[in-house]
Amino acid sequence: MCVTCGCGEGEVKIDGVAGHAHEHGHDHSHAQGDLHSHAPGVGQTRMVQIEQDVLAKNNAYAQANRDKLAERGVFALNLVSSPGSGKTTLLCKTIDLLGSTSVAVIEGDQQTSQDADRICATGAPAIQINTGKGCHLDAHMVGHALQQLPLADGALLMIENVGNLVCPAAFDLGEAHKVVILSVTEGEDKPIKYPDMFRAASLMLLNKVDLLPHLTYDVDAAIAFARRVNPAIRVIQVSATSGQGMDEWLTYLRAGMARTAAARQQTVAVLKARVAALEAQLQQAKA
Amino acid sequence: MHEMSLAEGVLQVIEDAAQRDHFSKVTAVWLEIGQLSGVESQAMAFCFDAVTRGSVAEGARLEIVATPGVGWCMACAKSVPMKEVFGECPDCGGYQLQVTGGTELRVKELEVA
Repeated sequence: MCVTCGCGEGEVKIDGVAGHAHEHGHDHSHAQGDLHSHAPGVGQTRMVQIEQDVLAKNNAYAQANRDKLAERGVFALNLVSSPGSGKTTLLCKTIDLLGSTSVAVIEGDQQTSQDADRICATGAPAIQINTGKGCHLDAHMVGHALQQLPLADGALLMIENVGNLVCPAAFDLGEAHKVVILSVTEGEDKPIKYPDMFRAASLMLLNKVDLLPHLTYDVDAAIAFARRVNPAIRVIQVSATSGQGMDEWLTYLRAGMARTAAARQQTVAVLKARVAALEAQLQQAKA
Repeated sequence: MHEMSLAEGVLQVIEDAAQRDHFSKVTAVWLEIGQLSGVESQAMAFCFDAVTRGSVAEGARLEIVATPGVGWCMACAKSVPMKEVFGECPDCGGYQLQVTGGTELRVKELEVA
């Protein structure tokens, strides 16, 4: 758990580059040395009302990411799971089927660019975030990755989070949905062991179903456990290896992309109408 | 879960407030932790001490305000208490529950000098 690993800043790398030697589109203070002056001898105390959400800062970055993605009509998913659930293999297969020009990927791992290298081999643009000691991606890291990632209008953005069923649940990255991947080589009871993640996700992919004949895995029990934590969760059974369920998964992705692109078109249409109205008003004023 | 980075978030809120409200020493912090927030109070207290060292909140007393979990039971069509995210309705025993309260993690107030 992160209590021992630290989750501290200072070791985050984006495509191997550490620190903040890159463009900053927003303001935030990294060092606050000036605040560390201690008052000599504590005198009278007073109360200060704060009422502020601890995750507010992350949520503000997430909203900025969400706005940026909406402007481009990009449908973004945050893929979460335990390590070894087959996220990267499923991603590679998905890119093969959807076409590498319509997908971009942000990869999160503590170390190495192994996963981004695998994605790049498919032809899709990918960027690797190394979290160092950190156990999850946060919206700030993703915002920086978005500045560097070539992203086509109307594309699908897949954010592969650090393999961890605990911490990524609390951090909004600006995605449309969290998708939790559970493989049938794990226990059926994972959803109730790690309920926060299954509650945060709107879709569960039950992966590696091609292995079911070799296992004593109770699919119905796994789905029932997931619904116990999240009655509204949708479930798709898939196998990247055999291709089973990939049609349903691709239909889900295409529907999301179409919805996001349509929302953008509508925004553009509204803005165009407003520009036209203002231009008409200007002509009238000139006349 | 991830109490260390959340404790850093708490410190960030405190340091932002210190800059805004011009104080240089915090003596107590009231932190609201919902029963269903997935945050362990003990781990938070441990991490709070660690991350506040050398900051305006060094040595500050951490007062944890626990808020109860509440869910909406779709079968009973009413609010019911929840102890866990995967808990059942105490009345009907079903699991058709939507969490409606107890997920907070908020800095409520500070005692400053």
